[in-house]
Amino acid sequence: MPPDSEPLRARWPLIALAALLGAGLAAPLATGAAAPGFYLEVLLGGLMSGVLYSLVALGLVLIYKSSGVYNFAQGAMVLLAALATARLSEVMPLPAAIGGALLMMVGLAWLVERLVLRPLVNQSPIVVFMATLGILYFIEGFGQLVLGNDIYKVDLGLPKEPAIVAQRWFDGGILISREDLVAAGIAAALVLALALFFQRTATGRALRAVADDQQAAQAIGIPLGRIWFIVWSVAGFVALVAGLVWGSKLGVQFSLAEVALKALPVVILGGLTSVPGAIVGGLIIGVGEKMAEVFLAPALTSGLGVAGGGVENWFAYVLALLFLLVRPEGLFGERNIERV
Amino acid sequence: MPPDANATEAGAARAGGRADPRCHALLEVRDISLSFGGVRALEAVSFDVIEHEVRAIIGPNGAGKSSMLNVINGLYEPQRGQIWLRGRCFDRMRPHEAARMGIARTFQSLALFGGMSVLDNIMAGRNLRMRTGLLAQALRIGPAEREEIAHRRFAEGVIDFLEIQAHRRTAVGQLPYGLQKRVDLGRALAMEPSILLLDEPTAGMNLEEKQDMCRFILSANDEFGTTIVLIEHDMGVVMDISDRVVVLDHGRKIGDGTPEQIRSDRGVIDAYLGVAHDAA
Amino acid sequence: MLYRENGQFKTSYRADQQLLPVVQDRWLMLGLLAFAYLGLPLLASEFVIRALIVPFLILAIAVIGLNILVGYCGQISLGAAAFMGAGAYAAYNLAVRLPGMNFLIVLLLAGLAAAAVGVAFGVPSLRIKGLYLAVATLAAQFLLDWLFSHVKWLTHDSPSGSVSTATIELFGVPLQSPLRKYFLVLTVVCTLALIAKNLVRSHAGRAWMAIRDMDLAAEVIGIRPLHAKLSAFAVSSFYAGVAGALWGFVHLGSWEPAAFDIDLSFNLLFMVIIGGMGSILGSFFGAAFIVLLPLFLNQAPRWLGVSLSTAAQSNLESMIFGSLIVFFLIAEPRGLASLWAKGRQKLRIWPFPH
Repeated sequence: MPPDSEPLRARWPLIALAALLGAGLAAPLATGAAAPGFYLEVLLGGLMSGVLYSLVALGLVLIYKSSGVYNFAQGAMVLLAALATARLSEVMPLPAAIGGALLMMVGLAWLVERLVLRPLVNQSPIVVFMATLGILYFIEGFGQLVLGNDIYKVDLGLPKEPAIVAQRWFDGGILISREDLVAAGIAAALVLALALFFQRTATGRALRAVADDQQAAQAIGIPLGRIWFIVWSVAGFVALVAGLVWGSKLGVQFSLAEVALKALPVVILGGLTSVPGAIVGGLIIGVGEKMAEVFLAPALTSGLGVAGGGVENWFAYVLALLFLLVRPEGLFGERNIERV
Repeated sequence: MPPDANATEAGAARAGGRADPRCHALLEVRDISLSFGGVRALEAVSFDVIEHEVRAIIGPNGAGKSSMLNVINGLYEPQRGQIWLRGRCFDRMRPHEAARMGIARTFQSLALFGGMSVLDNIMAGRNLRMRTGLLAQALRIGPAEREEIAHRRFAEGVIDFLEIQAHRRTAVGQLPYGLQKRVDLGRALAMEPSILLLDEPTAGMNLEEKQDMCRFILSANDEFGTTIVLIEHDMGVVMDISDRVVVLDHGRKIGDGTPEQIRSDRGVIDAYLGVAHDAA
Repeated sequence: MLYRENGQFKTSYRADQQLLPVVQDRWLMLGLLAFAYLGLPLLASEFVIRALIVPFLILAIAVIGLNILVGYCGQISLGAAAFMGAGAYAAYNLAVRLPGMNFLIVLLLAGLAAAAVGVAFGVPSLRIKGLYLAVATLAAQFLLDWLFSHVKWLTHDSPSGSVSTATIELFGVPLQSPLRKYFLVLTVVCTLALIAKNLVRSHAGRAWMAIRDMDLAAEVIGIRPLHAKLSAFAVSSFYAGVAGALWGFVHLGSWEPAAFDIDLSFNLLFMVIIGGMGSILGSFFGAAFIVLLPLFLNQAPRWLGVSLSTAAQSNLESMIFGSLIVFFLIAEPRGLASLWAKGRQKLRIWPFPH
C-alpha cells in the first residue's frame, strides 16, 4: 500500500500501547506498593539484564541486516562461544582461550556459509529460518557433546561486589552491580563500533545491499559467499562477547541458549534491521520483564487467584505480540513496501 | 477533465452513434491520483468502461497502466478519486471485494499457485462460489461431493475452452510460459467475472501464441459477454481487438477514443508511437 | 508390470476425484488396514505396541494438524505442543468434572477446546506474516505453559499443573491393555487422516495452498486470507488437541505442563519437515522417523560395540536432528514423502528405466 498518507489516527494504537506500558511502569510507584529505593533497584536490574539481551540481539540484527535471514541459532552460538572459552580457559590463560573460542566461531561461520547458506541461496526466508532451527539443534548437541554439559565458570576479572550509591537520597542506598555496569559499557562500545561499521565502511554498504536484494547485489559483483562468511564471523564475535559477559554473570550452562530465545522479542520491538533498536528493545524487554515479575505477579496472585512467579517466561513474548499488532516493523525498523 | 484528452462523449459519438456512455458504463474511474513516497504514479485519471466492450490501456513504460489496474482491483488505494462500479461509488476497493463484485484479473508476472496443478489452479478460481462448510468438506458427504463435481464440470469447461486438457494434472511450474499465461487466464475466467482485467496478456509470446490468446480473449468477450480491460504493448493486438483505447503517459491520460482516433492523434503519436503503425 | 494404471479409465468426475483412483492403491490400503487391525496385534509384543506404535500414531495426528498449517497453508507455528496441552487439560477437566462422559465425546470436545484457543491466538496473530507469526506462536507456547502451571482452575486445582488420569472406559469396556488402547488410537487416527485428506482436496484445501503459494493472488481471486488462515489454524489446533488428549490419557497416564514444552513443539515441526511438508502420508513418515530415531540411537552403539551415556545420546540426537533438518531443506524439501513418491514413480514404469 502506498504509504504516502500516515495520519495521526493511524498511530493511535502505538500511542495507546505506550500509554499502557507507561502506566504499568509508573503504577508501583504511584500506588505506593513499592519503596522508591527498591523500585529503582528493580528498574536498574531490569536495565542491566536488558543489556545482556541486547548483546545477543546485536548478533541477530547483524545477520538479518546483511542477509535477510533470521538466525534462530544465535542463542546457541552464544552458548557455544561461552562454553569454548570456559573449557579452554581450564588449560590455557584467558586471552588465549578467548582467541581459541573466536577461532571456533569463525570456523562455524565458514561451515554455515558453505553447507547451509550457499545451497539455500534462493529459497524463501521461512525455509532458511527453519534451517537455522536445524543449526540451533546441531550446535546445542555438538557443543555439549564435545565441550560438556555441566555449569562452567568464566572468570573475566569483573568486579563481583555490588556498589551502594545514593545513600543520601534513599534509605540504605541503592545496590548497583558493578559487573553489570562494565557489561553495559562493553555493549555500548560494541554498538558504536557496529553502527560505524555499517554506515561508514564499504563492506558495511555491501552488507546492506545484500540485505536489500540478494540477486541485485550479486549482479553488481558483490561476492555473496564471502559476505555471509564475514557477517556470520562478526556475529560469532558478538556472540562471544555476549557469552563472556553473560557467562561471567550467570555461569555457562545450557539454559543460556533458552534465555537467548528471548532475543526474538527484543528485535521485534527494536526493529530487525536496527542496531540501536536492538539496544532499546533489549532495555525495554529487560525492564518490562523484571517489573512484571516483581510487581505484576503479586497483583495477578491476589487478583486472579494465581500462584506465584514465572511471569518472566512469557512477558517478553506477549509484549512482542502486542508490538506486532501496533507496529510490526519495530520502533526503529524499516517498513516493507510490496509492489505488485 | 484534462484539456488535452478526448471527451468520452465526443469520442463515443464519433464512434458512430453509441448511446451515452454514462448510462451503460459498467466501470468508471474518476479523478484517480496515486503516489508512492513522492513518485506520482497516476494523476487525475478518469475514464469509463462500457459493458461488453474491449477497452485497451496503452502507454509507454512507467505510464501507470499496471497501477491503474491495481487501483481498480483494490491492490492499491488511491489518494484521491473514486471508482464507480454499476452505479455504486467506492473510495477504495479491497481485492476480495472486487472479486466478489465480479472483477477478475491476470498479472504481468504470472501469479499462479506454483505448488498446485493446472486443474487445481483453475478450481481455485471457483472458490468464490463454493459454499459448503468445513464440516461437510471434512466428511465429504452429499452436498460437498455434488458441489465439487459441479464446479469441476465448470472448470473442465474452461480447460476445454483454453485447450489445455492434456496438462490438467501437471504442476504449473513445469509448464512453458505460454501455457502458464493460459492457466492464468483460465483461473480468472473460472471466476465468471463481469469485468476481466488483463495485464499484458500477450507479453513474451510468439505470433502463434498471440493469435491464440487474442482468440481466447475475443471469445470470452463474445460468448460470455465479459467486459475486458487490457494493458497491451503490441499495437497490432490493440488495433485488432479493442473497441476503445485509453492512453496514459507519466500518469496522465493523454488520449481516449477508438483505435483509429488514437492512431491519428498528434499528442499520442508524439508521446508514444513515434512511427505511424500499420494495422494488419 | 505390477503397478500399472493402464486401462483404468475414469468416466465420471466422481470416479476421477476418488481418494484412491488407482486399483492397486486400493488393494494396498486394504492390506495395510488389515495388517494394522489383525496382523500387528499378533506379531508385535505389547511393549512394542505401548512404547512405539501408540506414541507414533498419536504424534502422527498432531503432525497431520501441524502439516495442514505449515505445509498446506504455509504458516509457521512454533507452539504446536501448547495446543496439545490445551487439549490434554481440557480432556482432563471434562473427565474429572463430568465423569461418565463417553471418551470419544471427551476427545471431540478437547479438540474443539484446543481449536477455540487456537482461534483466540490466531485472530490477532494472523495478520502478520512469517517470522512475526513465529513470535506469536512462541507467545502462545510460553503463555499456555505458564497458565497450566499457575492457574488452578484450569487444572482442577492440581499442584503446579500435575495431573493423573483414571483408566479410560469406552462403552463400558475398560481400556486397560495396550492392545485395547492401540485399537482406540488406530481408529481415531484412521478417521482423522481420512478427514484431513478430504479437507485438503476440497475448496478449503485449495484456499490454504493458494495462501501458501501467493497470498496476494489468492486475495485477488476472492479468497479471504484471514479467513483461510484462521480455518487452517483452527483445524490444526483441533488435531493437536485430540492428539494431546490421547497423549495424556492413553500414552502418559499422568503428566505435568512440561510434557508439552517447546522441545515437543520443535520436534513436531521437525516431523513435518522431515516427513514432507504438504503431505498427509509424509506426516506419518515424519512421526515414525522421530519416534524410531532415539530407539535406533539407543541400540546402534551396542551393535557397534561402543557405549554412550544418556547425555551423549541425547546430544547426538540433537546433532542428527539438526543436520537432517538442514539436509532435507536443501536436498528434499518435500521430505520423505517425496522420496516415496519418486520410488512409486519408478515402480510405475518398472521394469523400464524411464
